[in-house]
Amino acid sequence: MSRLTAENTELALEIIGRYPRPKSALIPLLHLAQEQDGHVTDDAMSHIAELIGVSAAEVLGTASFYEMFKFEPVGRYMVNICTNISCQLMGGEELLEHAEATLGIRPGQTTADGLFTIEDVECIAACTEAPCLQVNYRYFHRITNAEFDQLVDELRSGARTDIPPHGTLATVRQRIPADRRAGVVTPENTAHPVWLASSQEAQS
Amino acid sequence: MSTTDVPRIITSRFEFDDSHTLARYEATGGYEALRKAISMAPAAVADEVKSASLLGRGGAGFPAGVKWGLAPAEVWPRYLVVNGDESEPGTYKDRLLMERDPHQLIEGVLLACYAIGCGQAFLYVRGEMALAQERIAAALNDAYAAGYIGRNILGSEFSVDIVLSWGAGAYIVGEETALIESLEGNRGMPRLKPPFFPAAKGLYMQPTIVNNVETLSNLPWIVRNGGEAFAALGAETSRGTRMFAVSGHVKNPGVFEVEYGVTTFRDLIFSPEYAGGIRDDNAIKAFIPGGASAPWFFEEHLDLPLEKVTIDRAGSMLGSGAIVVMDETTDAVKACLRVVRFFARESCGKCTPCREGTTWLEKILQRILDGYGRPSDLALLLDVCDNISPGIAWPPKQTTICPLGPSAVSPISSALERFRPEFEARITQAEQTRISVPVAFPKAVTHA
Repeated sequence: MSRLTAENTELALEIIGRYPRPKSALIPLLHLAQEQDGHVTDDAMSHIAELIGVSAAEVLGTASFYEMFKFEPVGRYMVNICTNISCQLMGGEELLEHAEATLGIRPGQTTADGLFTIEDVECIAACTEAPCLQVNYRYFHRITNAEFDQLVDELRSGARTDIPPHGTLATVRQRIPADRRAGVVTPENTAHPVWLASSQEAQS
Repeated sequence: MSTTDVPRIITSRFEFDDSHTLARYEATGGYEALRKAISMAPAAVADEVKSASLLGRGGAGFPAGVKWGLAPAEVWPRYLVVNGDESEPGTYKDRLLMERDPHQLIEGVLLACYAIGCGQAFLYVRGEMALAQERIAAALNDAYAAGYIGRNILGSEFSVDIVLSWGAGAYIVGEETALIESLEGNRGMPRLKPPFFPAAKGLYMQPTIVNNVETLSNLPWIVRNGGEAFAALGAETSRGTRMFAVSGHVKNPGVFEVEYGVTTFRDLIFSPEYAGGIRDDNAIKAFIPGGASAPWFFEEHLDLPLEKVTIDRAGSMLGSGAIVVMDETTDAVKACLRVVRFFARESCGKCTPCREGTTWLEKILQRILDGYGRPSDLALLLDVCDNISPGIAWPPKQTTICPLGPSAVSPISSALERFRPEFEARITQAEQTRISVPVAFPKAVTHA
């Protein structure tokens, strides 16, 4: 399996450079690895460990805490159906059952063609739009069974080009231009903020 | 109740399709507050926020101005951390603010950094919110290019970098010390307070102010219009306006910005300009007033104003502004189980009463729902609750580091107190129909 590509390694170094401590970049780098491969591979975790100067076990230790990181291949489309209270009241569990029947899989499983994984997820902050779901973390509000079927058809046929494969979150990355950058403030940098200092001088 | 003369403070741009762009933001007063602030002394900006009496909008409702003042004097550096990890069930407001008006949030972050003296801020967005991350990334890039963020902002001595970071799926990270752990690249487990109050020992053990997205989104308006104008709105102990999400069995579920402390639950749930009443004109059975962690309210609470002190005294909380309405057709056992199951799944596992307790609460409720309940189960539920939160009182005591465990007690104490016969009926019915050997494994709510 794969380490980060040269391009992603460069990006990883840029991200690490934004934090006072390299380990703070760990979760963003795990997302980068998942974006590259669709899931987080052992090799990628070893590579990340090298980049931020911790052991591979520490990387796995953090990664395994978080629901979104997958350590085995999942479907190209991760379908997360909310069944928490607001969605449950409005038919989220029935929607999940319908999705299971339509795709022939249970939550946590992937269809044989590798296209779909279903998850039964906790509240995703679309409570007034229940029942709701996400496909690769893109929202679909007030979904009926018929709309679910249509969505599955569109995803299968490749018509939904607006939804990138699993692993890709934001399609815009933060870029801090070198000429505008204020710079990392490490805990060792105990200097009084200059704008506070001059304000105090002006007052005294 | 009149709503027409109350300004919309934080949702004023939502009506525009391009509300997330720098062009729209600048055309509607955007970054004026920043210009005004850097012509003022940082302490004067902090005073403006203090005089606004802005309560934190994340759940605990702690005054923002007071929180800023808790950072020990002359200990540098200080950090600002933005809590955009909205995930309390029923809560839907911070995502809207991040997706629809990211510049307003960014300007709020800048104002806070200027006032507190932070040279670097971390904006932590929930992992599952791809569009919010995207909109904020684009907004940050545009604001850097325009000179609003970075070195010598608008030609002043004020310099700050705002770093966009995001989570990866863990409710507990919304707790401020767990969020800091996550930002340090660790498992998101809360720290013990004391000694680890973030304002004293937070990110990298430095003084750190953690503020919620909605809280910070109020700052541009406050600085532009003055803290007094903000404090003129709302009730004495709950100033300004606030966003409330009304979900569940209502005709017109939605997110509404209303004057804080004045509007009542009945207004929000029944008024045609808000949620418009219960679906099919059914009777209301119960409602959650402030997110899944809050004890439930009932019909007799409808006329209470959405005001912090009143609601605290009435035995619940406004929490994160999440009102979940259940009509008379709701199965109390099922609803209770669903909320408890959430806490069982999201317990980080650090404290035994929560890790073990929430898991057992879920198992017991599940077997009651599945028809395998025992007559002793209701007492057992309360006993487990008492071990997590001694006395099962409000506000809750806790045997745990953070309030997640006690939160799982709220739905059980509420539902059992009010709907005990429903639980008993499930158990009695189960006794009558129980067969010695289950023919199939009882159908359980599936776990991912």
